[in-house]
Amino acid sequence: MRELRSEVLVLGAGPAGIAAAVSAERAGARALLVDMQAEPGGQIWRGQWNKATDSTARRWLSALRASPVEGRYGLRLVDVPAPGEFVFDGADGPLRVHCERAVIAAGARERLLPFPGWTLPGVFGAGGLQVLAKNGWPVAGKRIVVAGSGPLLLAAAASLRSLGAQIVLIAEQSGWRDLAAFGSGLLGTPHKVVQAAGLWRKLIGVPYRTGSWVTQALGDNEVRSVIVRRGRQIVQLDCDALAVGYGLVPNTEIARALGCELRDGAVWVDMHQHTSVPGVYCAGEGTGIGGIDQALVQGEIAGCAAAGRAELAATAQRRRRGSERFAAHLRRHFGLRAELRSLAQDDTVLCRCENVAFGAAKACSSMRDARLQTRLGMGHCQARVCGAACEFLFGWGAATPRPPLAPAGLSCFNLSTSAENPQEPT
Amino acid sequence: MSTVASVDVLIVGGGIVGCAIAERLARAGLSVCLVERDVLGGAATAASMGHLVVLDDDAAELALSAYSCARWQALAPSLPATAEYRRNGTLWIARNVEEMAEAQRKQWRLAQAGIDSELLTAAALAEQEPALAAGLAGGLRVASDGMLYPPVAAAWLARQAAAQGAQIRCGVGVRNLVEGAVLLDDGSELRAPHIIVANGCAAPELLYGAPIRKRKGHLLITTRSAPRVRHQLVELGYMQSAHGGDGESVAFNVQPRPSGQLLLGSTRQFDDVSSTVTPRLIQRLILRAQEFLPGLATATALRAWTGFRPTTPDHRPLIGPWPARAGVWLACGHEGLGVTTALGTADLLAAQLLGLELPFDARPFAPARFAAQVSHAA
Repeated sequence: MRELRSEVLVLGAGPAGIAAAVSAERAGARALLVDMQAEPGGQIWRGQWNKATDSTARRWLSALRASPVEGRYGLRLVDVPAPGEFVFDGADGPLRVHCERAVIAAGARERLLPFPGWTLPGVFGAGGLQVLAKNGWPVAGKRIVVAGSGPLLLAAAASLRSLGAQIVLIAEQSGWRDLAAFGSGLLGTPHKVVQAAGLWRKLIGVPYRTGSWVTQALGDNEVRSVIVRRGRQIVQLDCDALAVGYGLVPNTEIARALGCELRDGAVWVDMHQHTSVPGVYCAGEGTGIGGIDQALVQGEIAGCAAAGRAELAATAQRRRRGSERFAAHLRRHFGLRAELRSLAQDDTVLCRCENVAFGAAKACSSMRDARLQTRLGMGHCQARVCGAACEFLFGWGAATPRPPLAPAGLSCFNLSTSAENPQEPT
Repeated sequence: MSTVASVDVLIVGGGIVGCAIAERLARAGLSVCLVERDVLGGAATAASMGHLVVLDDDAAELALSAYSCARWQALAPSLPATAEYRRNGTLWIARNVEEMAEAQRKQWRLAQAGIDSELLTAAALAEQEPALAAGLAGGLRVASDGMLYPPVAAAWLARQAAAQGAQIRCGVGVRNLVEGAVLLDDGSELRAPHIIVANGCAAPELLYGAPIRKRKGHLLITTRSAPRVRHQLVELGYMQSAHGGDGESVAFNVQPRPSGQLLLGSTRQFDDVSSTVTPRLIQRLILRAQEFLPGLATATALRAWTGFRPTTPDHRPLIGPWPARAGVWLACGHEGLGVTTALGTADLLAAQLLGLELPFDARPFAPARFAAQVSHAA
């Protein structure tokens, strides 16, 4: 197996990981930045590496280019066989990294909830369709309903519209009172207001309904229409696609595999982003959904601390507190309504990998019981999709991660070292 | 809180053995309560492969496993589809002339228990399982062996018991075993003239001195794009050479799942009581499997896990009265054969408890064989 050594290993090259790697190098440590995508940027800065249109992205990606950080992309973390040891799988086979400290910057994923018709072709995650469309999936001229919850809906709708889609409706499940409170809360962070205003400008003329949610997607071979509920009102809207996402949930598999303590579904960290496991730091969405400002500032702090120079992040500490307020605000006003728990019927698929129906899962007493009795969450995605849904639907905690963290070639378990290595990153 | 309830039989442990006993005794008309501290089939039952196999290392094991496999076959039409019962058979693989001679001896021993099997030449083996490596000597095909998905089978047995009046209580542990009763974690007391300890590796927690050690095992399952295999494939050296001693061992044992996934085993070790996957053993398990199935080189691993086999000093289960305490019965210590022998264990224990005719000789399994150790403990 190929091997690499590094002082600080940064897992994930989104904003938090980039900030961590660049900051660690500035603080005097050697950093290795690894991501499963082909280039740095993560979900939010997808496509910005070669053509930055966002000023913050441009600044940080330039800083990464100018920094001696070694980047390795297209590598998926599959195992953490021992402390300080990480095994990745990629197109060139497995790679083992030995490091002294690690920063987890694994981001977040969309929460998808089951409802009748959600597995029809043409139904996407809101962020998922945004990514597909940015990568060339044709949306021009398509009628798209955007639904779910959170600020991501506006970003997804604006981005789909700019690519030529016709946004039929944005259905936000939160009520208008929460939305108004969320909006006025942003007044304390002026650049968020500017951002929001920018999004709204791109969405002029698009119907936006609060307190509304999709109860059903209809169609034979693909989605043709959706049923939207608002209070007692029920309307059917024709569409070519549905983009639906119920906010973001932290990716915690790596942290859990390393034994890091979690609180409320997010990785617990101290003021230096240090987790409960010595030498392991976490930055960004993994510590709780807070958006890009939180990711960048936490990345800076984590990078400095992992380099042994936490004091260099003193100014970042002040900005960190501001980002915490925004994160709390987000949590408070985009809580999911109870009605969403009763959308799925007993025959609605809950776990797509193993084809487990909602009714079969409901009869179980815990995630573990459901895994054993129905194989829910035992398939290819390893509960990355249905796990977050079950957490909301049934209050089930996540199952203990088992190796590999993602499906991996059997060669990833070969401990023998190839002759040319280990080598120092250059 | 101190509520007291009373039943004829209290079963501690909702693994496949405890569930089978609950079903058997409820069917006999006794009032039964089964107490499981976690979920049904959640420990050794969940970690096992679910291979229903007749083993012939000694006459007692042969009698128990042959009887039990026949019981599973009889039960098969009633099992739910999700229990995935199949009679795919076992293919014992011989690598050389010596192991081929062992295959012949195995065929003779199985025949003593009325089990038909078929010797395969190298060419016949390759025809049965084209994915196997070239250069193997041949094998023995036991067509009547089967496989199933143990957690679902265990829960189904518990539901059958409940349908006949048994109480199945999950999520509550037994804190202490006292005279004619158990104290539960919730503070309540359950009285029963018969208490059956069927909690596998946890038996020594309740019965000090119960001669059971944890023997750790590793398993790995592939994604659905794996080499095609029809039988449960096991190397002939499985028990004799690979797992016979008490040291760390790895033997080739592969099961095709109905999904097209392959379940790869098996490892045995005594020294490690942590549930974490040991990279060195997973590596050995994979390398061993690849010697027999070269196509695994390009296969993808979906998940690896570990489990603990409840093991007795002579590798035979403890089925029968516990001599140190009146009214206490044991049904534990099945090591790697608990799923196969769950139904036979239930029948043997029920026959003893109800004073019926024994289905086969109970003496080799009597906990009293460890009497010296037990009287010491009591």
